[in-house]
Amino acid sequence: MISNASRFTRRATLGGLGAALALPYVKPSFAQSAPIKVGVLHSLSGTMAISETALRDTVLMMVEYANSKGGVLGRRLEAVVVDPASNWPLFAEKARELLAVHKVDVTFGCWTSVSRKSVLPVFEELNGLLFYPVQYEGEEESKNIFYTGAAPNQQAIPAVEYLMSKDGGEAKRIALLGTDYVYPRTTNRILRGFLKSKGIADADIMEEYTPFGHSDWQGIVARVKRFAGEGKKTAIVSTINGDANVPFYRELGNQGIKAEDIPCVAFSVGEEELAGIDTKPLVGHLAAWNYFMSTPGKPNEEFKALWQSYIKNPKRVTNDPMEATYTGFRMWMQAAEKAKSTAVAAVTPALIGQKLMAPCGYEEEMLANHHLSKPVLIGEIQADGQITTVWKTPDAVKAENWSTYIPENANRRR
Amino acid sequence: MEKLIAGLLLLLVLALPARAQDAFTTALPGLAGGFSEAAAAVEQLGASADPRALPVLRAMAEGRLQKTPEGALRVPQGDGFVDPATGQPADAAGAETVRLNNRVRQALRGALGQLQIISPDAGERLAAAEGVFRSRSAANVPLLEAALAKETVPRIREQMELALAASQLVGTEAEGKRSAIARLGSAGTTEARALLIEARIANPDMATAIDVSLAAIEQTLAIRRAAETLFQGLSLGSVLLLAALGLAVTFGVMGVINMAHGEFVMLGAYATFMVQEACRGIPWLAPWSLPLAVPAAFLLAAAAGAILERGLIRHLYGRPLETLLMTFGVGMILQQAVRSIFGAQNREVTSPAWMQGTMMLPGGIAVTQNRMWIIVFGIAVLLLVIAAIRYTRFGLEMRAVVQNRRIAATMGIRTGRVDALTFAFGSGIAGMAGVALSQIDNVSPNLGTGYIIDSFMVVVFGGVGSLAGTLVGALTLGVVNKVLEPYAGAVLAKVFVLVAIMLFIQRRPRGLFALKGRAAES
Repeated sequence: MISNASRFTRRATLGGLGAALALPYVKPSFAQSAPIKVGVLHSLSGTMAISETALRDTVLMMVEYANSKGGVLGRRLEAVVVDPASNWPLFAEKARELLAVHKVDVTFGCWTSVSRKSVLPVFEELNGLLFYPVQYEGEEESKNIFYTGAAPNQQAIPAVEYLMSKDGGEAKRIALLGTDYVYPRTTNRILRGFLKSKGIADADIMEEYTPFGHSDWQGIVARVKRFAGEGKKTAIVSTINGDANVPFYRELGNQGIKAEDIPCVAFSVGEEELAGIDTKPLVGHLAAWNYFMSTPGKPNEEFKALWQSYIKNPKRVTNDPMEATYTGFRMWMQAAEKAKSTAVAAVTPALIGQKLMAPCGYEEEMLANHHLSKPVLIGEIQADGQITTVWKTPDAVKAENWSTYIPENANRRR
Repeated sequence: MEKLIAGLLLLLVLALPARAQDAFTTALPGLAGGFSEAAAAVEQLGASADPRALPVLRAMAEGRLQKTPEGALRVPQGDGFVDPATGQPADAAGAETVRLNNRVRQALRGALGQLQIISPDAGERLAAAEGVFRSRSAANVPLLEAALAKETVPRIREQMELALAASQLVGTEAEGKRSAIARLGSAGTTEARALLIEARIANPDMATAIDVSLAAIEQTLAIRRAAETLFQGLSLGSVLLLAALGLAVTFGVMGVINMAHGEFVMLGAYATFMVQEACRGIPWLAPWSLPLAVPAAFLLAAAAGAILERGLIRHLYGRPLETLLMTFGVGMILQQAVRSIFGAQNREVTSPAWMQGTMMLPGGIAVTQNRMWIIVFGIAVLLLVIAAIRYTRFGLEMRAVVQNRRIAATMGIRTGRVDALTFAFGSGIAGMAGVALSQIDNVSPNLGTGYIIDSFMVVVFGGVGSLAGTLVGALTLGVVNKVLEPYAGAVLAKVFVLVAIMLFIQRRPRGLFALKGRAAES
């Protein structure tokens, strides 16, 4: 595993020379036409590397997968990896490099919303195509971006509804904790609107933000404890992103906050993030996603086998954004075959209506608003770092990227 | 009349076992059902007071209870399994673990509390009393009264009294409620306050009594909150102190602006990780990997520091700007090197059991164990640095070189060697800080970048070249930060502290503890 990591880091440093390393995948059967270029725009260093490096590997795995199936339109795929280093302005520069210098046909990238907001004007200006694989706050729609993660109505709102249900513990007070940037702030604004519609007063909502990479959680966790001590069942809704989650969960465990008393539901913590923590004190805390590694079914077995054989480590975990990357990649392959072209103008309309039996065990469909229909799963963290489903929607839910709980959206045409 | 009651009681006692057995057998299959069914079954089993329920529920709570594909339950015992319904060995082919959710866990805690409250084991009784306290049902009142009558351990008695009060509070008996309100008022915990606030809404007629109790709790809590904020401040201060102590030597004493200081801290954290991995295979050594990591981290970081000083920094003495840029570059190289060797993913450094959880200080002040040990460690490292500088030959030579390099050289001190040792010493201290930080922060290649600014801030604020200044500076910044945090939020609190330091440096450019005399002028 260590050797793998170093190999990839070197590849990242070489950037555009990734082509040379992709060469061993070439099959003699490929036509002599130029390869299709797939851009990979994920942070390989900095605070988001904990989450994003696995996504870079997922895209590389899919490139290898596509080539083993004979490529797309009979042409070989070639990955171009760049490292925006968790640096938001650098994301825009690297996006421009991918589109203008490397002339990539499609890009898979970004995790944080602030990075997506940073590259959006670049993709619109140069008419690129970006697949964004992470759940986000919505309030956005671009002809050049396809969103394969969840919109708020596919994650945040059902999760809070669950907390307020009998099974979830009938929470009456909610502590909204988040990292200080656009995704947590917008999500919490939507949740505030939702909680108000459920008759929860402002005094019963606590909201706190911390910088990226925050490590000293003792004060905030103590304040949540105090907040919970003012009567009524309390729950935490966490939009904390990146590696700040590790000290946060450690502090929850050390201060003895048990899931039975104050459950914490997280929107950005998956199996990959839990891999670095001792999860025994966290058993019962929740995560809301659209896919868990523990999901039963054949599509997931295939996905897991593909990943673990690619990464050459039978213990590596899969998570939701990886599944969203996989689904997006497969749908793009289907659309390119349907459009008989990889041109953005041809693939975009062909993508709408694409269907795929996704590893989450449901058939997902690309909707006209560039979002997917997805099931919603609520899972509890287990002692072995896995998450098991305790609640799920009966069907895939259609994404609503413009939330009805934000007053400005009332006049928007749906 | 008395005879009649006694007779009735006897009848009740005789009738109980028969009823209880029924309750056990009827409720048992429910455990294998859906979450709400299982929760209801757990509650029934808890109320049944049947001794057979205890092993089943305990296995369930510990995640050992199995369910066969047919829905029959199996409790692991020794190498095999038993059927809890019959108590006989049974096979468990294809069985899977019965899954829990928070609702079932909550029910389990209450039920185990009911079943274990008369357990012979004191630890179990205490946990049981806590479980019953949280499940708060009026039905538990007789159970608790009986348990209290026999209990002799004061700590368990107190928890049982609170559990009794919590149960009485949701009951119907007015007298019980009044005594419960008074008892909870003297408890002075947030849990008691939560109960009383809820009771105030349910019992408007007792509002005045509840308000008196609530006011008493508020008073205790206010004192406790102040003490806990102080502890948090000291904890943050001790982290800052550890991060800054090495810099106080390299920057404060030698005047080298070492931007790679944070990376030495990071190296120390990775050394901790490596020692932990090395100890993993040896069971008797594994719990002691953390203390063992302290010298390892010191040596690794000190070696890196010595190489850096001999290889690069000594060529740049007297050129602070070049030193700054060069060490900044070295820091980036170290980060990337670690990333290449260990990967970009964070590495897990586990905390030994004695560093996990919360400790109760007298007065009910809750402090987390890991933070407390870090404060102790910070003080120990500070004393070590003072001792090394004051009482060793190396310290003497170091002070001599700092005061007057030429005269020291004429006295036969090899100043170059002293420079290298001093820098290595400062870097080694940074490595020891890394051991502590691995317990509270992420062991990642960019661990150090988060501490470099804070470290310089502490050294400059405290006064360059003064260890006492570093101590006072670190603790002041920590406490001020934590006092401001609840009002301003974590982001703004840091900004305020930074602005305050800038203003302070304007007034006193030499920091809190300015060096006086000729040495300070040069």
